[in-house]
Amino acid sequence: MGSPVPSGEGSPGASAATNTSPGLKAPTRRGTELVMLSFAAGLVTLALILVELNQERSLSLRILYLGLAYLGLFACAHLAVRRWAPYADPAILPCVALLNGLGLVVIHRIDLALEGTVFPDGSTWDPVAFKQVIWTGIGLLLFAATLKFLPDHRMLARFGYTFGLVGLVALLLPGVLPGFIAPTINGAKIWLRVGPLSIQPGEFAKILLMVFFAAFLVSKRDLFTVAGRRFLGMDLPRARDLGPLFAAWGVTVAVMVLQKDLGSSLLFFGIVLVLLYIATERAAWVVLGLGMFAGGAVVAWKLFTHVQQRVANWQDPIARYDVVGGGYQISQSLFALATGGIGGAGLGAGRPEMIPEANTDFITAVIGEELGFVGFAALLLVYMVFALRGLRGAIAVRDSFGKLLGGGLAFAVCFQVFIVVGGITKLIPMTGITAPFLSYGGSSLLANYILVALLLRISAAARAPQRIAKPKPQQPAIADQHTVMVERPK
Amino acid sequence: MQLTRAGFLVLLWLFVLAALRVVRSDLYAASGLRASGLPGFRRSEKSARGSKAPRQLVVTHGALTGTRISLDGRPILIGRADDSTLVLDDDFASTRHARLSMRGTDWYVEDLGSTNGTYLDRAKVTAPLRVPLGTPIRIGKTVIELRS
Repeated sequence: MGSPVPSGEGSPGASAATNTSPGLKAPTRRGTELVMLSFAAGLVTLALILVELNQERSLSLRILYLGLAYLGLFACAHLAVRRWAPYADPAILPCVALLNGLGLVVIHRIDLALEGTVFPDGSTWDPVAFKQVIWTGIGLLLFAATLKFLPDHRMLARFGYTFGLVGLVALLLPGVLPGFIAPTINGAKIWLRVGPLSIQPGEFAKILLMVFFAAFLVSKRDLFTVAGRRFLGMDLPRARDLGPLFAAWGVTVAVMVLQKDLGSSLLFFGIVLVLLYIATERAAWVVLGLGMFAGGAVVAWKLFTHVQQRVANWQDPIARYDVVGGGYQISQSLFALATGGIGGAGLGAGRPEMIPEANTDFITAVIGEELGFVGFAALLLVYMVFALRGLRGAIAVRDSFGKLLGGGLAFAVCFQVFIVVGGITKLIPMTGITAPFLSYGGSSLLANYILVALLLRISAAARAPQRIAKPKPQQPAIADQHTVMVERPK
Repeated sequence: MQLTRAGFLVLLWLFVLAALRVVRSDLYAASGLRASGLPGFRRSEKSARGSKAPRQLVVTHGALTGTRISLDGRPILIGRADDSTLVLDDDFASTRHARLSMRGTDWYVEDLGSTNGTYLDRAKVTAPLRVPLGTPIRIGKTVIELRS
């Protein structure tokens, strides 16, 4: 990044650095991370043992090997962090390891419950836990690759517009492609089928668009802080500055209409709003954005039957229990949570086969049943610690792009959890969206591991001791001269 | 069976508490704030605290308000350049705007030929000036000060 430095220049930086107090070497805290990772792996192994015990399957040493293999997998990720981002935050990776591990155990547990089930169309249940293990492996590889090939998060800012375009295309592609490439699954048209694989480009688009918005807002930040007219104690932005907000709103509505994917559109719009708010610190944007979203949602509710269905299911799921596309799913999830109660049924002792879409959208309901309120609250706290550390890195990092991107990424995970958990607990209308790291799904897992790598990269930049100040070629040793520079730079 | 169920929940909460503990001690390391309330934390700094040496730089106004940089004796570069210690996003700041450097036990601010100037309290900085604790330094729309 720095320009070549003429040698032999008496750098004031170096001379000042010599007479300083040493001993302020920032700890990397990688040891702490390893200990926490072992703790997480131990918990996951214990969870697996409990599931096997409660399902009355024979216990063998195999489980311990599985646990060790899991620890090994994350030890590799740990080594990658040690090598390429030594000052990264120590709490983020263990949280991810625990969430992903518990997700794997629960997916395995649902496999056991559904084993041998024959569906109405004659197909049998296909175990998916092993596939998810493979996805985890690939996810960690991507994670390590991101850390290796992205030594500085500011590199991303240079490709902001490219990322934005790619992200936009990826987000909207499944909505406009014909059905044989982009099939409609469970009412949503968000998948792309490439050979045997189904991918959800929207998951990756989320990150790409966040990079774009962060880069865009950093370069155009001043535009958004120009005061328009004051109204109710708020500085409203000028009408012409509203462009990006309208663009985001348009994309959100397009996603809602073309792909019938309420969750993604809510997530996407929320991220844009939060980035705008972080960049400008002005509540007016949030109020305006929420107003626009509310307006759009009401119009969508008037026009589209699938939105009306969701809202009706949310208002009274039990009354619509028997209606096709009715409140069955939410009712079952509420029953499961009620069965779990305070302490839960115990891992492996619940009845996840009663919950529809148990290993994707409703996986948190399964966890709520088996771990109860106490365990579920702990799980949400793990998410909270994760987001907290992400935001902490964003606050501490010194460049605005890093601040915006880190804040956006951490918020995205938080908001996604809110949408999922709000949906299954009937706080907000249910929207099909995956729980980060828990749900079965390759695209979601891979995208989230890239997100974690970016957060670690930003936190590493924030915590790393600043490099010895670079000598400045155009200002030779001004500290040593008792003259005054009055020359103006071009 | 009941015991294992409760045991797992206890362990899960222990994990959360352990993670929060990591976060707690890390808060101070990341921000350059000293943990004054924590006994036994970084004793080496305690001794340095007696002298009224500035320990951190705090941004009090502008887009970066709240940013803290701990002072470890190395000079602090302020400007719009990417490699500055404090990177300003401010139309009124120059690429390399000002520098804070330490000589002896005092910190000095000098202007690096900026377009709009650097102000120590109300005075324009034309030659390196000693920065007392808590005196505002204004650079464009950003105001910083040294704190102990």
